[in-house]
Amino acid sequence: MSRQARGPVEHAHPGAVTYLKIAVVLAILTITEVATYYIPAIQPIIAPVLIVLSIAKFLLVVMFYMHLKFDSPLFRGIFAWGMFVAIAIVLAMMALYAAF
Amino acid sequence: MSHAKTAAAHADAHRTSTGLSNNKLLMWTFLASDCMFFGSLILTYMVYRGRSLTGPYPEDVFNIPFTSVSAAVLLLSSLTMVLALAALQQGKVKVFRVWILATALLGMLFLGGQYFEFTEFAHEGLGLGTNVFGSSFFVLTGIHGTHVGLGIIWLLTLFVLSFRGLVRQDNAEKVEVAGLYWHFVDIVWIVIFTFVYLLPY
Repeated sequence: MSRQARGPVEHAHPGAVTYLKIAVVLAILTITEVATYYIPAIQPIIAPVLIVLSIAKFLLVVMFYMHLKFDSPLFRGIFAWGMFVAIAIVLAMMALYAAF
Repeated sequence: MSHAKTAAAHADAHRTSTGLSNNKLLMWTFLASDCMFFGSLILTYMVYRGRSLTGPYPEDVFNIPFTSVSAAVLLLSSLTMVLALAALQQGKVKVFRVWILATALLGMLFLGGQYFEFTEFAHEGLGLGTNVFGSSFFVLTGIHGTHVGLGIIWLLTLFVLSFRGLVRQDNAEKVEVAGLYWHFVDIVWIVIFTFVYLLPY
């Protein structure tokens, strides 16, 4: 595949086959999420299970579809900083309002 | 791609002080700020979660199978988006048009589903001012839907511009930047789907 012009620290993006493999994994994770919702035995640990599955889906899309795994570390740092501030504020405010 | 176009694209990329694309840098900075924006909306929902004094409550109105299909539709649109970009980067403009149009149509399908869901909730008696659940839910998902709507307009614009020769292999970065926005909308829904719909009340 021909590539766009990139900076010195950027790497080539993956191809269609990789994207399809990621889509299959995302589909499996989504089916697992919905199944988790309906299985009574998982109810005591449903929150951590759903959060882990959600984080896995989030990271797969960000790393592979948004190419953050292959692009400049500067982009990774900018996005990670935004995420960090957002998550810190959410956790702090939830603790303040006893929303856990 | 001709050598002249390749050379021009490389020259553009190295004209910036960072050696990186300013367009992508700007989009990533915007997405970082949008993380905080959606973070505040999700926070509001979580703080008011389960604190409604009057119904309808989430468990009265949510249709998990329907929303699961909507979530799958948006995830699928991320695949078609990235396939559109890959096609354009290979110079396959016709294939690009198919995938970008498919992405826009899947986005429309998602929005149609959201309209149906909102209508159903309204029939159940849930409105923006009914209770804190209604207020926080409609503001969060409504603003996400607005993002999807803007994304659809962007994608359709790229589709139309490709017929005028303005979206090509040598300027595929235009599509990459639009793709970053579209995938972000998808990851926000991944979080909303878990925290708003699936976590038990």
